[in-house]
Amino acid sequence: MTSPRIIVRQAEKAKNNAKTRAVLSSIPLHVVLLVIASLWFIPALGLLVSSFRPPDAIANSGWWTALSGSFTLENYQNVLQHNDLGQAFLNSVLVTVPTTIMTLLIASITAFAFAWMKFAGRDLMFYIIVGLLVVPIQMTMVPVLKMFTSLGITGTFPAIWLAHTGYGLPFAIYLLRAFFSELLKEMLESAEIDGASPLVIFLRLVLPTSVSALASLGIFQFLWVWNDLLIALIYLGGQPSVAPLTVMVSNLVNQYGQGWQLLTAAAFLSMILPLMVFFSLQRYFVRGILAGSVKG
Amino acid sequence: MRDGAVNTMSEVILKGVYKRYGKTVAVTDFNLHIEDKEFMVFVGPSGCGKSTTLRMIAGLEEISDGTLQIGEKICNDLPPKDRDIAMVFQNYALYPHMNVYENMAFGLRLRKTPKDLIDKKVREAAGILQIEHLLGRKPKELSGGQRQRVALGRAIVREPKVFLMDEPLSNLDAKLRVEMRSQIGKLHRRLGTTIIYVTHDQVEAMTMGTRIVVMKDGFIQQCDTPLNLYDFPKNKFVAGFIGSPSMNFLTVSVQNGMLNAQGLKVSPEGTLAQSLRPYEGKQVWMGIRPEHVGLKGFTNIPVGENIMEGEVEVVEPLGAQTDILVSVGGQILTAKVDGHVMVNAGDMVQLVVDRSKLHAFDLQSENALGRS
Repeated sequence: MTSPRIIVRQAEKAKNNAKTRAVLSSIPLHVVLLVIASLWFIPALGLLVSSFRPPDAIANSGWWTALSGSFTLENYQNVLQHNDLGQAFLNSVLVTVPTTIMTLLIASITAFAFAWMKFAGRDLMFYIIVGLLVVPIQMTMVPVLKMFTSLGITGTFPAIWLAHTGYGLPFAIYLLRAFFSELLKEMLESAEIDGASPLVIFLRLVLPTSVSALASLGIFQFLWVWNDLLIALIYLGGQPSVAPLTVMVSNLVNQYGQGWQLLTAAAFLSMILPLMVFFSLQRYFVRGILAGSVKG
Repeated sequence: MRDGAVNTMSEVILKGVYKRYGKTVAVTDFNLHIEDKEFMVFVGPSGCGKSTTLRMIAGLEEISDGTLQIGEKICNDLPPKDRDIAMVFQNYALYPHMNVYENMAFGLRLRKTPKDLIDKKVREAAGILQIEHLLGRKPKELSGGQRQRVALGRAIVREPKVFLMDEPLSNLDAKLRVEMRSQIGKLHRRLGTTIIYVTHDQVEAMTMGTRIVVMKDGFIQQCDTPLNLYDFPKNKFVAGFIGSPSMNFLTVSVQNGMLNAQGLKVSPEGTLAQSLRPYEGKQVWMGIRPEHVGLKGFTNIPVGENIMEGEVEVVEPLGAQTDILVSVGGQILTAKVDGHVMVNAGDMVQLVVDRSKLHAFDLQSENALGRS
């Protein structure tokens, strides 16, 4: 007969063993994750280190040798003292925020109609919109620019709002429709019997229950527009009064000739707002991506 | 709950109602007069058109043909909100971002009901359903039974002419289902509102309905009170669908007024014997419920020309009773016998049939032959 105490000790031992095994078996996974994460992080780290190095040092040696060299805040000072920085930051906000709101607004109403309302040609129209996803932006630039010029809005904010919203809508509608069609049919029918009109159903049931999808789409659109250089350059041009951060930052090089070390600092400054947006909406972001497949 | 005579008459009348999806017909020529304050149950296997019919009454599906009348109004083209109905769904369909109170108040708010009246109605309904303590909770914090109660509450506060319930108990576990069954019954007596209730569960149908519509393939098979369905099924389908375990069917031939097959010789009596006369020399379905078959020597059924012989294949003891499956000349038959009768698989047994409970059905049309 084994005494109870021995049994307890054996049980404890077994428990500890299981724990150790669990920790050991998760080590390879963590190593792999760490490697991938650091590989991903290297370019950003290089940029960060370079942004604190003097121009000569950047030109003469790699950033990974930086520990032996000297650091400076000069790059940041130069960028911050640049006359147009504040204006450019404001311009970026003025481009990004209205675009994001317009995209979400139009896409959500359209997606609701595609998902839940019956009308002639619904599927065909949806397929056409999905088809637009594969149209390269570059193909549209000349005709759209011509149209904006004839309307006289080239180089103004409304032009870029329209352009960005238009480019963003196919994906946004596609994503939201997929999410909306996953909503419980009976919930909407129940509301219909309760006396809710389609607009009330959209505003008071569909939108509140789709916050995660809307938030993740909002982040996508925000980041995409914030980081865009091409579309801004074409429809807004380089005028300091309208140019967003990306355009201003790329101009730094031209203005200063060799001074591309400023780019590194400017790039980090331009990241601040998107990072804030991302982290404040992060919990929706993860949930939103999973939203279509795994419904909580 | 009701203030004065709000809903005078709430009968529902369907005349020649069809539902077509392209070429397929989901519901065919549905005629039914549901009386005021009646508890009408639609029952049938899945895909029989019972839910579709309910959804047509609700206005969630268009009526392809025929007329629907609720109260005095023809409702074919009325939107759901103007039909004065409330619906309870199988999956509760609660609004997930609203708490219980808001869920129940939502419909009233949309109808611009004064705030204090909403409050009064919601609290009354919550009292009836014993969910007052849950009013501040979100649906995700509730159990299945509680959610279904909230869904019922949401329907009650509207004080509709007709309640429509689409398999409301199917998502609940067995014990809760029995509990909620009696609660819905109580609710019906208390509110006195017409209820149309859809289920695939014949036990639910039998225990709850004042009348039951049995459906199959979009056709009404029979509409009657629970006991009449049990005693006088119009055809083989209804006979097999109502009752558990379901009725035994054996092919037999009619010879000299007797039902004959290998291992059995039973003489029908009364009206059934007369109905069988034209079938002399032909084959028919003989139907007998398991509870009307006994083991010779262990039953009160008088022995006469009503004996079947066979080998026991399976014994299923359920405590109070035991179901035994007996092979009578190759045809399997279930008998419900006392729980303490000792029989084993492989035993040869003699079964006694209650002749007054015999059914017979035409082999081709499967329609019941008349019996009293």
